Amino acid sequence: MQAIIEQYKEIICIAAEHKSPLQIRGGGTKDFYGNAVVSQNNMLLDATAYSGIIAYEPTELVITARAGTRLADLEAALDQEGQMLAFEPPHFGAAATLGGCIAAGLSGPRRAAAGSVRDFVLGVRLLNGKGGDLSFGGQVMKNVAGYDVSRLMVGSMGTLGMLLEVSLKVLPRPMAEITLHMQMDEAAAIDKMNQWAGKPLPISATCYRNGELFLRLSGADSAVRAAHAKLGGEELIEGDVFWKSVREQTHGFFQSADSLWRLSINSATRPLTLPAEQLIEWNGGLRWMLNDENLDAAILRKTAKDAGGHATLFRSNEPGISVFHPLDPGMMKIHCALKEKFDPSRILNPGRLYPEM
Amino acid sequence: MSPQELVNNLRSFLPPEAVLYEAEDLRPYECDGLSAYRQLPLVVVLPRTEEQIVKILKLCYATQTPVVARGAGTGLSGGALPHAQGVLLSLAKLNQIIAIDPLARMARVQPGVRNLAISEAVAAYGLYYAPDPSSQIACSIGGNVAENSGGVHCLKYGLTVHNILKLRVLTIEGECLEIGGESLDSAGYDLLALMTGSEGMLGIVTEVTVKLIPLPEKAQLVMAAFDDVHKAGNAVANVIGAGIIPAGMEMMDKITIHAVEEFLHAGYDLDAAAILLCESDGGAEEVADEIERIYAIMQQSGATKISTSQNEAERLRFWAGRKAAFPAAGRVSPDYYCMDGTIPRKHLADVLDGIEKLSQEYGLRCMNVFHAGDGNLHPLILYDANQPGELERTEEFGGKILEMCIHAGGTITGEHGVGMEKINQMCTQFKTVELEMFHAVKAAFDPSGLLNPGKAVPTLHRCAELGAMHVHRGEEKFAELPRF
Repeated sequence: MQAIIEQYKEIICIAAEHKSPLQIRGGGTKDFYGNAVVSQNNMLLDATAYSGIIAYEPTELVITARAGTRLADLEAALDQEGQMLAFEPPHFGAAATLGGCIAAGLSGPRRAAAGSVRDFVLGVRLLNGKGGDLSFGGQVMKNVAGYDVSRLMVGSMGTLGMLLEVSLKVLPRPMAEITLHMQMDEAAAIDKMNQWAGKPLPISATCYRNGELFLRLSGADSAVRAAHAKLGGEELIEGDVFWKSVREQTHGFFQSADSLWRLSINSATRPLTLPAEQLIEWNGGLRWMLNDENLDAAILRKTAKDAGGHATLFRSNEPGISVFHPLDPGMMKIHCALKEKFDPSRILNPGRLYPEM
Repeated sequence: MSPQELVNNLRSFLPPEAVLYEAEDLRPYECDGLSAYRQLPLVVVLPRTEEQIVKILKLCYATQTPVVARGAGTGLSGGALPHAQGVLLSLAKLNQIIAIDPLARMARVQPGVRNLAISEAVAAYGLYYAPDPSSQIACSIGGNVAENSGGVHCLKYGLTVHNILKLRVLTIEGECLEIGGESLDSAGYDLLALMTGSEGMLGIVTEVTVKLIPLPEKAQLVMAAFDDVHKAGNAVANVIGAGIIPAGMEMMDKITIHAVEEFLHAGYDLDAAAILLCESDGGAEEVADEIERIYAIMQQSGATKISTSQNEAERLRFWAGRKAAFPAAGRVSPDYYCMDGTIPRKHLADVLDGIEKLSQEYGLRCMNVFHAGDGNLHPLILYDANQPGELERTEEFGGKILEMCIHAGGTITGEHGVGMEKINQMCTQFKTVELEMFHAVKAAFDPSGLLNPGKAVPTLHRCAELGAMHVHRGEEKFAELPRF
């Protein structure tokens, strides 16, 4: 396995010497996400060879695996022990890897209740743009020695380093889980989701689409039944299938040729009166929108910013629009400075996050 | 610029009472919660507004004067130790809760607001701010962000980094950054995570938006006594292995049990080698179910005595002993030194054995309290600073405990920060290339190194000198201890 790392290092060092960009790629399931790497002739750096689970002890609630490990294999190992990745990451394909999951930084339906990818990252080992083999964080729950470089990697789209190994906190799977659904208009649903999130109820996921609110309850069987009695609504058979379709975007809403925008905003924001089809998650904090070119990107970005958040062009058929929400000049300065420190030759996925980096 | 000119400059835009420079006025700021390290700053400033801080930072940047930020001064690693040629920037007067949004479950507060004050202010809405460091009555939220503070409930509810949404931060140049948002994620790099726990080395936090969560409907506690530390450690693993994430899981060793029981009669079993406190909270049905299962696991794990709190008064009484561990240490010893290592839980018994051996070797008693759920160990070394050489022996003992934590696959600090105190152990935990990367991260924010210089990350020169010293003493340390 060390031989693979030596190969990666050599590739990075040669690329750095020639200032020749590398496109780091795991399973390629998220190729659609982010900007294109800016270069005529990038070299593909395949990150799948360094794979496998290194250590997993269920009673420590920690798993450490190589970045090329398939997400499906990792989740299968956890499932055998009755545990799970609580941030419920989308795979977007069977080939999805742990490294890609961390680099993209995307979390699924359980995020509002349980936390995001970065909340569960405990440590990483990476190669920076100089080929330096570095480890940060560790395999323990609490660790404040040094800056939190591990979590900085989450969502950095491979622009700061090539991930080698990741340690994650894992959680037990809930004893019982049911899904409820009920008819409601959008304004009432946003109100209800936020009010309920402020009460000690075992709600682990929410979704609103077309006049219908879906809730998932997780916990002890008695707790789930008691909450059902309090909340009302009908039980949905095969709730798992529903949540998977939302997570993996196989739900009918996402089967559209239009561009898909992701608005991550203050969850209590009133219904957004934009002429676009919507699907809502995370108690109102995540609003997916289909745009058939009626809406200007600038309007969506302003709407998101005014609501305390940001807008991402998640899947695009509008070339030329930057995928991620523009940064203020002060923030961009820090981003460029960090990029310069981790990858002075600008060879790791340059432009994938922002053209400036 | 001379110190007098600096003071005059600060007084040109700050009111007279906000600039302290006489030795007797500076004295209260000479140390934080780690009183073994003391240093007077050149000047202390007590601004009330962000605009004033911007001016202070611009002046310091222009004159290349070091700046050390300070919240409530309760930190335990010397992170707020002043710089002899620098300005100590107290954020204590920025103590307003700016806005509470009960529906969206967040509060926007100034950095000097006390941790507990947030929970008190939002209790009427049925909400609270989850991280609860033991100093929560006094410590400030700005300091919590700087140290990424935890508390007894963090296995279930997370650390500061998991419970904040947004920061306003001033760079050393006085430029304002808005990091994070009212949303659950934000564009670009996760600078919110990078800032949290950065010990005042990257920027000055002027506003924090915290996440609020619902107050649990009910909380109940199981107290279990064990005649053997290994059995107690296994019981912790058995609870977690059964799929339970307790709200709190604390362990105390025999010497701690005796110290606190004499002090406040919490009803602890004096024959026990270890006591576990295991709390469940949430909805009433969830708690009833969990408590029943926890009780059964404690039985199966060989507990000699098990009690379940029957009411709120009893729950608080069980907790009182654990919460009084530090004062009890102060009662049985003139001084004590609190360590903060974290280890994978499976190595608990071995590490406790190792600490016991070191305790005998150094002739110093050591009490052990342990956030058992998340592996965070707080050995309290008891010493007397008036005995010549005893503090030095204590520090060496403490350093060895931390190195033992690293060897066990853990870390030198779980929640107190590196500060001044653990800077030498950073050389053991990290390789040169990693320390270089930390210095590079700092330089991305603060190229001239003016924010809290000399803390948190050792210079490579310092590590090289220490390395030479270690070789001199013999390469292999703790040869008698197993390497796990």
